[in-house]
Amino acid sequence: MEMWFSEFHSSHVKFSVRVEKQLFCGESDYQRIDIFESPEFGRFLTSDGDIVFTEQDGFIYNEMVTHVPMAVHPEIRDVLIIGGGDGGVAKELAAYPDIRSIDVVENDKMLVDACRDFFPETASGLDDPRVRIYYNDGLRFVRAKKEAYDLIINDATDPFGHSEGFFTKEFYGNCYKALRQDGIMVYQHGSPFYDEDEEACRSMHRRVYRSFPISRVYQAHIPSCPSGYWLFGFASKKYHPLKDFKPKEWKARNIHTDYYTTNLHTGAFMLPKYVEDLLEEEEQ
Amino acid sequence: MNRTLQEKAPIYEALERFRKQRIVPFDVPGHKRGRGNPELVQLLGQQCVGIDVNSMKPLDNLCHPVSVIREAEELTADAFGAEHAFLMVGGTTSAVQSMVLSVCKAGDEIIVPRNVHKSVINALILCGATPVYINPDVNVQLGIALGMRMEQVEEAILSHPKAVAILVNNPTYYGICSDIVSIVKFAHAHGLKVLADEAHGTHLYFGEGLPVPAMQAGADMAAVSMHKSGGSLTQSSILLTGKGVNADYVRQIINLTQTTSASYLLLSSLDISRRNLALRGRESFGKVSQWAEYAREEINAIGGYYAYGKELVNGSSIFDYDVTKLSVYTRGVGLDGIEVYDLLRDEYDIQIEFGDIANILAYISIGDRMQDIERLVGALAEIRRLYEQDQVGMVSAEFINPEVVVTPQQAFYSHKVSKPVRATEGCICGEFVMCYPPGIPILAPGERITKEIIEYILYAREKGCSMQGTEDPELNNLMVLE
Repeated sequence: MEMWFSEFHSSHVKFSVRVEKQLFCGESDYQRIDIFESPEFGRFLTSDGDIVFTEQDGFIYNEMVTHVPMAVHPEIRDVLIIGGGDGGVAKELAAYPDIRSIDVVENDKMLVDACRDFFPETASGLDDPRVRIYYNDGLRFVRAKKEAYDLIINDATDPFGHSEGFFTKEFYGNCYKALRQDGIMVYQHGSPFYDEDEEACRSMHRRVYRSFPISRVYQAHIPSCPSGYWLFGFASKKYHPLKDFKPKEWKARNIHTDYYTTNLHTGAFMLPKYVEDLLEEEEQ
Repeated sequence: MNRTLQEKAPIYEALERFRKQRIVPFDVPGHKRGRGNPELVQLLGQQCVGIDVNSMKPLDNLCHPVSVIREAEELTADAFGAEHAFLMVGGTTSAVQSMVLSVCKAGDEIIVPRNVHKSVINALILCGATPVYINPDVNVQLGIALGMRMEQVEEAILSHPKAVAILVNNPTYYGICSDIVSIVKFAHAHGLKVLADEAHGTHLYFGEGLPVPAMQAGADMAAVSMHKSGGSLTQSSILLTGKGVNADYVRQIINLTQTTSASYLLLSSLDISRRNLALRGRESFGKVSQWAEYAREEINAIGGYYAYGKELVNGSSIFDYDVTKLSVYTRGVGLDGIEVYDLLRDEYDIQIEFGDIANILAYISIGDRMQDIERLVGALAEIRRLYEQDQVGMVSAEFINPEVVVTPQQAFYSHKVSKPVRATEGCICGEFVMCYPPGIPILAPGERITKEIIEYILYAREKGCSMQGTEDPELNNLMVLE
């Protein structure tokens, strides 16, 4: 028997993963969530038919949104994760003993429950005593915060779906306000390759670039993402991701990783020409 | 309302049957289910062009409905609690005009609030009746026109024995209602018909805890913009009539100006929307009220802004308030409504209904989502953080009592000359002069231009109010009767 999960990466490109079985299917107020078991990617979770994360490559973005800012800002104490109900990012953050609090804001409780049931290893990140989960709209949550965080990680991935609001100028502005004087916001910047994604990627940069004094973009290779190529945004009030990078200090922490290294940190900010060009166009 | 019957959608069902019959078209429209115009199909889709068909026996005819359209109109009347309902395809403008033309003719007077929609005055140009204006109070802080006080209505009716009807905005654009139940009682006792402009009131018929809809209040006719809060396609509308109205005569009036090729896209959208409202309206508008209420609380928590609601109700000029409307006073953050309106669109990709000098109005409807409301609130918070200014004084907006010298019809068809505004004192105005805010006519065709009015126009223009309706966009000149 052949059973395949397929997802359109563009109107004309389809990405298919052979699946062994479907483990979960549920519909909440926000989205339809499915969880599949697959031979190549292990278990993976989809939202409204699009892959959100897989067991095999989820570590890449969890590490990239966590260690990059942690190796730049010397004193991150209070962290806010928007989305991130799977616990993957919280788990990476939990490796830093200086962190005092990790607030996870997730609007969809069903996602958290499903992750606890089917991805217990990743979801264990949510059990760290410093983690507090708020079931709330992220935009609403940050609106009420002022200079409360050192780091905000926007873990929402889809600028077109139910998390659309986390890719807007008002959200970035509210995050700016919620960050302390030297705070950093890291966010999913999408994939720049296919036409439709490129437009979303451009508008994100245009908005963040005008909301924060420092705004740089870095990259990673993530096989299950459209074109396998993914960008992240680094927006900051004070620290530059390369000029203020502290590789020695980070190495001294002795944190185990599978993707991130201090060499890769620098390399990740070295972008292909076409990506550099499209970002620069939006800066004008 | 009969819920089982309301599950039917006769026009929609007839179109479905018609589609399955695969009838060969040797009639208009000439695109023949889109085959003759592939680009149109590309734009609108096969579904849509496939039902753009002509009136014919199985699909009935809007000019003289006998089968499915008639049935749809009966269901609509039942859903809205009216004696009769007319499906309209020329917008609520045509519904308003049909109302006015149905009750008055040359020589009659009709009582209207000064903040009446232009379509009413235009109907008077067509029929030759004379308007009698009631000047609503203005909320000075918000700069918006309110409803008609009962004393004003009584006074107008008693002093104008020739008046045959009174028109009521139910509610105004801003959500403000007059005491329509008392107006109906008093007007009927004095032999006047009551017409309701419910361009912003479709939901009143289905929601809970909302102001009284016109038909329930006993009004004679109501023009209801189904395409606004009701969810049907733009340009579709409904005209409702009550007990004391001859529906056949109203049909004749409608047919004077309505197309003989009514669009089935519009008709079926009215049919489906009526079904939806009848079956699920209460639940949907409950949600809309809740969202608007939530947005009001959150916006008021930002500070500076004032999202107003039921607390404005004062028993007279604001007899009731439609809580589904989200109107926000923006001067508290030192910004004009129109500035906030532009910022929302240009900087935050959010399009709202309108902005005037002191307020914005965001239209909340059955198509909204909570996450979008969060975006609107978030953007308003950001606008305050980034653009807040010191407050400055605002033009006081007041109505000036007009002297109607000739009917709008006479004024419209008279010879007119263009004169500098300052030189028009004593002349009879030949055109509209609208002042935003509060969106009311300062002058309508046929009215005497006084010194006071000239001064007001010059003052308001200098203060940055937008003056509209005149041939000269700069309003240096006015068209006056020779």
